[in-house]
Amino acid sequence: MKLLTHNMLTSKCLKGVTVGYPLGIVAKDIKVSEVDFNSEFIARIIPKLDWATLWKAAESIGHVGELPQTLIQDFETNEEFLKKVHHVLLEVEVINGDLLCPESGRKFPINDGIPNMLLNEDEV
Amino acid sequence: MSRRPEHLAPPELFYDETEARKYTQNSRMIDIQNQMCRRAIELLLLPENTTHLLLDIGCGSGLSGSVIKEYEHEWIGIDISSAMLGVALEREVGGDLILGDMGQGMPFKAGTFDGAISISALQWLCNADKNSHDPPKRLYKFFSTLFSCLSRSARAVFQFYPENSEQIELITTQATKAGFYGGVVVDFPNSTKAKKYFLVLMTGGATVLPRALSVNETDSVVPYASRREQMKKAKGKYLKNSKDWIIEKKERRRKQGKKVSEDSKYTGRRRCGRF
Ligand SMILES: C[S@@+](CC[C@H](N)C(=O)[O-])C[C@H]1O[C@@H](n2cnc3c(N)ncnc32)[C@H](O)[C@@H]1O
Repeated sequence: MKLLTHNMLTSKCLKGVTVGYPLGIVAKDIKVSEVDFNSEFIARIIPKLDWATLWKAAESIGHVGELPQTLIQDFETNEEFLKKVHHVLLEVEVINGDLLCPESGRKFPINDGIPNMLLNEDEV
Repeated sequence: MSRRPEHLAPPELFYDETEARKYTQNSRMIDIQNQMCRRAIELLLLPENTTHLLLDIGCGSGLSGSVIKEYEHEWIGIDISSAMLGVALEREVGGDLILGDMGQGMPFKAGTFDGAISISALQWLCNADKNSHDPPKRLYKFFSTLFSCLSRSARAVFQFYPENSEQIELITTQATKAGFYGGVVVDFPNSTKAKKYFLVLMTGGATVLPRALSVNETDSVVPYASRREQMKKAKGKYLKNSKDWIIEKKERRRKQGKKVSEDSKYTGRRRCGRF
């Protein structure tokens, strides 16, 4: 699971959960790999991100690097900055661990990089 | 006897490791999936020359995802079969993968995706695989949560294999209830082999449905309104108490989750008077 995906994932499908965001991360294995950099895509995705969630997620798994805690103004034209965001969003992956629902504490295991969001019948 | 996979077993059991591998090695299958996926992406009408974030629903082993990558878009895929996702991992398809059931809803925050595609998966949602499954409810949950995770003016395009006109009606009714409008585009409607159904769902603005592909240019776009008439035509298709009528009725009851005796060569035949 990339942090881009984490930034979009919620547990709101759980019965009784209203927002279900952001999910906590307990990372047991992390993989960092190289992904082609597309500055246009990163610049376009930034407004859709919850920046505080991205920063906290990266920090909680020890990969925040030089990412600033608040989003900078001129991000669209700042190539260096976009590269840092690219790295955190797409190159850092949680391979094994858990996601935690902030409201119910329900764990969603991550195996082989795939979060298991399947619910039991009594949770829908 | 029906040969539709969705009648044989629930998807997470049908697409086991053997099937997942078989599926992804069949080159004829790959060609067909690729072609349908290209068409689905085309129907999304995305602004050109930019990379978009797409959702692939029922992404399976990532055949459709590889096509999304060809178009240089990023994607997140969701599927209920861990075996299919396992093959996707091996193939390094480039999208991020999630194990999930579409009928339980799309677990994403509002406005996430620039578009969604789904190739050969939607018909699975029309079945009740568990006692607790209620297809209209699951379809509604799916469409309403999909609606919210799409960005404004984004579209969702589904290539699917409807079993009959009732199933199309079931699907479009729930999609409309969830806030979408749109309709079914039928490509090559006069060819048994090439005929393909695409459900095109739109979130906003009064855009017209794209034209279907056809050899002789007959219009084959079926907007919601006229489907009722189609249904009427379809109804009474079979003579009451005929074998086909009985089979259809049994199928309907099966879909409602009722207990129905199996079809056999004796179905619809007169019993001899021995009892
Ligand atoms: C025929 S395969 C298509 C896979 C891929 N889209 C492609 O074009 O190759 C259908 C897929 O739908 C998935 N599926 C069926 N029901 C589902 C559900 N309720 N939720 C998520 N995925 C489902 C199956 O697991 C399977 O991988």
